[in-house]
Amino acid sequence: MNILPGEQVNAQHSKLKLGPGLLQISVGNASESAPQPIIATRAGTLKHSSNRSKWWIESNSRRYVPAAQEAVVGIVLQRLGEGYRVDIGTAHSASLDSLAFEGATKRNKPNLKAFPLLSFPACVGSLVYARVSLAHKDMEPELECFDAQTRKAEQFGELKGGFLVRCSLQMCRNLLDPKYFLLPLLGVKFPLEAAVGVNGRVWINAKEPKQIIAMARCIEAADPDGGGQDEIATKKLLDTLDV
Amino acid sequence: MRPPSPSIPEKEFIQISLQQSLRIDGRQMLEQREPSITFGPELGWVECGLGKTKVIAQIEAKIVKPTPERPYEGIITIHSELSPMASTEYDTGRPTEEEVTITRMLDKVIRRSDTIDKESLCILAKRRVWHLRLTLHFLSDDGNMLDCGCLAGIIALKHFRRPEVEVIGDDVTIHPPTERAPVPLAMHHTPLCLTFAFFPPSPTSDTTSALVLLDPSYLEQRLSTGLMSVALNAQRELCVVHKLGGVPMEIGEVMGVLDIAVKRAKELNRLVEDKLEEDWNTRKRIVEVR
Repeated sequence: MNILPGEQVNAQHSKLKLGPGLLQISVGNASESAPQPIIATRAGTLKHSSNRSKWWIESNSRRYVPAAQEAVVGIVLQRLGEGYRVDIGTAHSASLDSLAFEGATKRNKPNLKAFPLLSFPACVGSLVYARVSLAHKDMEPELECFDAQTRKAEQFGELKGGFLVRCSLQMCRNLLDPKYFLLPLLGVKFPLEAAVGVNGRVWINAKEPKQIIAMARCIEAADPDGGGQDEIATKKLLDTLDV
Repeated sequence: MRPPSPSIPEKEFIQISLQQSLRIDGRQMLEQREPSITFGPELGWVECGLGKTKVIAQIEAKIVKPTPERPYEGIITIHSELSPMASTEYDTGRPTEEEVTITRMLDKVIRRSDTIDKESLCILAKRRVWHLRLTLHFLSDDGNMLDCGCLAGIIALKHFRRPEVEVIGDDVTIHPPTERAPVPLAMHHTPLCLTFAFFPPSPTSDTTSALVLLDPSYLEQRLSTGLMSVALNAQRELCVVHKLGGVPMEIGEVMGVLDIAVKRAKELNRLVEDKLEEDWNTRKRIVEVR
């Protein structure tokens, strides 16, 4: 169902969870029979999980609005005393605390100079794969490089080598979908690595530069906001690239 | 906000791949992105694109009193402003260095190279002249906005037609397009701008001359060690050579770049002429029936 900003959404569940694009507003006193209304804050398609407990709006855009628990690819802008300033494509840059790494605790504070130990950069311009740990509309977003439960790195950390592709947010979500055709299609041709952030940035790596270029071009071609090609057309393009 | 510079992996990859003569969008080193040209319903409105770089150019003409210093010449003004629409990097207010470069280059290429016969814009000496206003809207930035803007501006000028004016004694009659077919502007030539970017050669090769590539994309433009813009027309007449700092070049290298520009300018000129003719053929009937 397509929806416009301001439209009311009839989402009801005892354990209702609202995703991007939905907002519960406060009007008068809420009661069991008449809960506070939920409105859409962006245009797109209204979706919900199979048990109708999770609701969100799906739409394509290029501007990332951070949401907690999402994986993002960021560029380190600045090193501050207690951490880093990271550009994740949002209106305000995010902060990444130096303690938000695997094995770092307050007592065992990592020596900033010994960062190779934590597989983390100390220089401006590095790429980092991180998770948004705090996304509040009135505060700057915060990142972390470990899983909050296990406190293990879980693939998060610095991304070395490779190349950064910028694409639309819908394309990022497509790439994360295991049923999406593109990455398996490329994976058949050559071994590859990819770190997909949902902030419109995808880090890719392969052995040969021309393979990386082929990946970048296929992502661009299949992007609904770029070439918008389907599987057959993308496969045809890939076949012409000689990789 | 100062734009964040490209990340280290991007920088390294671009350098490595260019040393192998590979460009990220699959182009050859000296290949320009194919310009996309769309005309609007009005005469003198054109949207021009190079890849994802997009510029709209629009011409307006009005009759004004000429300046006392040049009583027999029409006036041309160019308005180009980079708004945050093009990219999040551009803020309103203080113009960036790139914006100043683009504005000055447009002025040199379109106004000062005498593209338009200004005297033909005079209606009544010292009293009435045409004032042409070229407005450029930069819609999105994927590198090389200068070439795209120049191309859009030139095509818009060639596409534009002003109403016919009749002067009897001191009386000026402006014929609306419904009465008499509007007339094209008198143009001396068609300067086209081409931008080249330079990258350091691979350390293993024995040449010391820089890697040259035409029509840099956003990333290439940001990472290059120097840019050179050349404006010339299809008759091999050089109008502007513009190089602000960057890597030093030898005479031979500059001449090599110019040779490439001459070739490309001819192709581009043909493309522009074809597109204009194609568009004019769709309009001809409407204009003449009136």
